[in-house]
Amino acid sequence: MKEFVEGSHAIAEIIKATAPGVISAYPITPQTHIVEDLAQMVANKELNSQFVNVESEHSAASVVLGGSATGVRVYTATSSQGLFYMQEVVFNIAGMRLPVVMTCANRAISAPINIWNDQQDSISLRDAGWFQIYAEDNQEVVDFHLIAYRLAEDKRVMLPVMVCMDGFILTHGMETVDIPEQEKVNKFLPAYKPLYKLDTAEPISMGLLADPDYYMETRFAIQETMKESVGYLSEISKEFNAVFGRDYQDLLVEEYQTKDAEKVIVAMGSVCGTIKEVVDEQRAKGKKVGLLRIITYRPFPYARVYEALKNVPKVAVLDKAVSLGAYAPIAVEMKAAFYGKKKGPKVVSSFVAGLGGRDITLESIHEVFRRLTVKEVNSDFIDLKPELLKEEYGE
Amino acid sequence: MENSPLFKSGHTACAGCGQAIAARLVIEAAGANTIVVNNTGCLEVFSTKYPDTAWGVPWIHSLFENSAAVASGVEAALIYLGKKDATNVIAQGGDGSTGDIGLQALSGMLERGHDILYVCYDNEAYMNTGVQRSGLTPFDTNTTTSPAGAQSSGNIRPKKPVPEICLAHGIPYVATASVGFPQDLSRKVKKAISIKGPKYIQIHASCPLGWRHESNQMLPVAKLAVETGLYPLFEYENGVLTGRKQISPKPVEEYLKTQGRFKHLLNNPEEIKKIQEIADNNIKKYNLKLEA
Ligand SMILES: Cc1ncc(C[n+]2csc(CCOP(=O)(O)OP(=O)(O)O)c2C)c(N)n1
Ligand code: SF4
Repeated sequence: MKEFVEGSHAIAEIIKATAPGVISAYPITPQTHIVEDLAQMVANKELNSQFVNVESEHSAASVVLGGSATGVRVYTATSSQGLFYMQEVVFNIAGMRLPVVMTCANRAISAPINIWNDQQDSISLRDAGWFQIYAEDNQEVVDFHLIAYRLAEDKRVMLPVMVCMDGFILTHGMETVDIPEQEKVNKFLPAYKPLYKLDTAEPISMGLLADPDYYMETRFAIQETMKESVGYLSEISKEFNAVFGRDYQDLLVEEYQTKDAEKVIVAMGSVCGTIKEVVDEQRAKGKKVGLLRIITYRPFPYARVYEALKNVPKVAVLDKAVSLGAYAPIAVEMKAAFYGKKKGPKVVSSFVAGLGGRDITLESIHEVFRRLTVKEVNSDFIDLKPELLKEEYGE
Repeated sequence: MENSPLFKSGHTACAGCGQAIAARLVIEAAGANTIVVNNTGCLEVFSTKYPDTAWGVPWIHSLFENSAAVASGVEAALIYLGKKDATNVIAQGGDGSTGDIGLQALSGMLERGHDILYVCYDNEAYMNTGVQRSGLTPFDTNTTTSPAGAQSSGNIRPKKPVPEICLAHGIPYVATASVGFPQDLSRKVKKAISIKGPKYIQIHASCPLGWRHESNQMLPVAKLAVETGLYPLFEYENGVLTGRKQISPKPVEEYLKTQGRFKHLLNNPEEIKKIQEIADNNIKKYNLKLEA
């Protein structure tokens, strides 16, 4: 059913359709509207779920961990400092192979405190053993949550999934979204049947101490599952298309005008909408430019990226996060994707933009294309204000 | 002791570990229809070293400080599944995980009214990491991070009153127990389990390694803590003191001299006097003294 709604409300609607037995969250801007809507749905008896109002994000993550271990579908959402406060539990959930689904409303990290969008929060947790899927618009946000549960609860996977969406831009953005009907949701997403659970009828112990004789294999197993899951994603995407008629292809990347392109920007999330506009504009002028959108950041789709860009001479990676003291996060992956390969771009330049909610405008994207020359650059900041820097370092 | 199907022997606790005995008494009293959520600490480590487990009930460990929150999720899921009435949920941990780093999660669990029994095994320090002080370490105790020395007689503050903190949440049942009084301990667990809502039991559990006494002294040492008034045993139902273990108080020195952690005090009557005052205050506060 098509509705003109706020992104957060669209998520609440789709989470309702997935019928989680336990929901727990702690308020943080810009995630709040999602959980407020869910709380209201529970209060209205529209949603049969235990909504646990916790005293912190650490406990929100712990509550859904406990719920999931008891064998029910669970949901949580957070952002920025909240995600960092959860971090210990976030790693723990993956280590315990619990199919938790979380929305991350992407927001900058303090200090200085800033409630606006960039992607530093989820990217900083890239090593946690969670899938990370980044949406471009709110239709994707909705669809990716359904896909997230299918993926997480797949017996071959049993790993948590984080659906990442740009804070404010998507969480508070109004769009027309097709909210899937319940029958279709039921068809695509069967009821959750846990492999293991806490049950007095069949007592098991979970979360044991693993000494050096056992620990490494647990990490290896997650690594292997992640690698294999690249294929499961396309499978699930196909089934999704069959039920809902929206084709996300392999769910790993989106290629936009890359086939004959001479310059391609690689980016993630809602900024790709802006980049597409610039690409269209440039193409109309006969310029061979394109966009490669990363959808799944973990596991990172190295093979797909290589295929998509192996014949492109110049690539600009646009990160909305930094790894202070090193190459920007997506840039690192791009370098790795081509290292030691026969083909690949001559130039992979790295740009950082949009930190702490600074607007990435059409002009910002033009600037990236302009700075993408034969001279490779590393973590070049776009839209910096030199006058502010002067103030800071002036005599 | 004979083997128990709910908490099997063969775990790797130190000989004479009070926490091992207490944990077994707790689960035996609670019964097979119980799910246990355990914090990181000695009990978790010695009872579940992969691939072995001592637990005959469903048991989960997540992190050091979150058993109260994980248990909240377990309880919520059981309600959703319609299984809560048939299942007890116990969250448990050591004094450090309960009263320090996990206090916030515990407070959240109590305040939300979950039907969970929280059990704190109080061995009065961070034992699993090598006997560092916790908020529940007694006044003047020598630990590795509150060492006695030229300008220190050990831990500078009295025990954090976690039972009173729990009581202040207005929960239906709060009790202290001791591994030195096993029948009283079992009775309290059974009573707690029979009450709906959040419950808190704090069990004094001797630790031969950290307290520095012989492993065969586990029971007598724990008993002395109660008999001197240093570890008052009481129970509160709906905020009212309904039970206390009355004693013919022994001087605290009798307790202090049994353990290496207090050895530095034995030639220091000033400090012993301060500790006697703590015991006297407990005796007065809970009216512990048996009439002659
Ligand atoms: C966040 C975090 N901080 C510190 C630790 C290290 N740690 C593990 S067990 C433990 C001490 C446990 O003390 P307590 O809760 O009193 O239980 P005990 O071992 O004495 O039974 C500590 C400090 C940890 N695992 N996690
Ligand atoms: S250190 Fe103390 S609490 Fe830990 S196993 Fe040994 S006796 Fe038990």
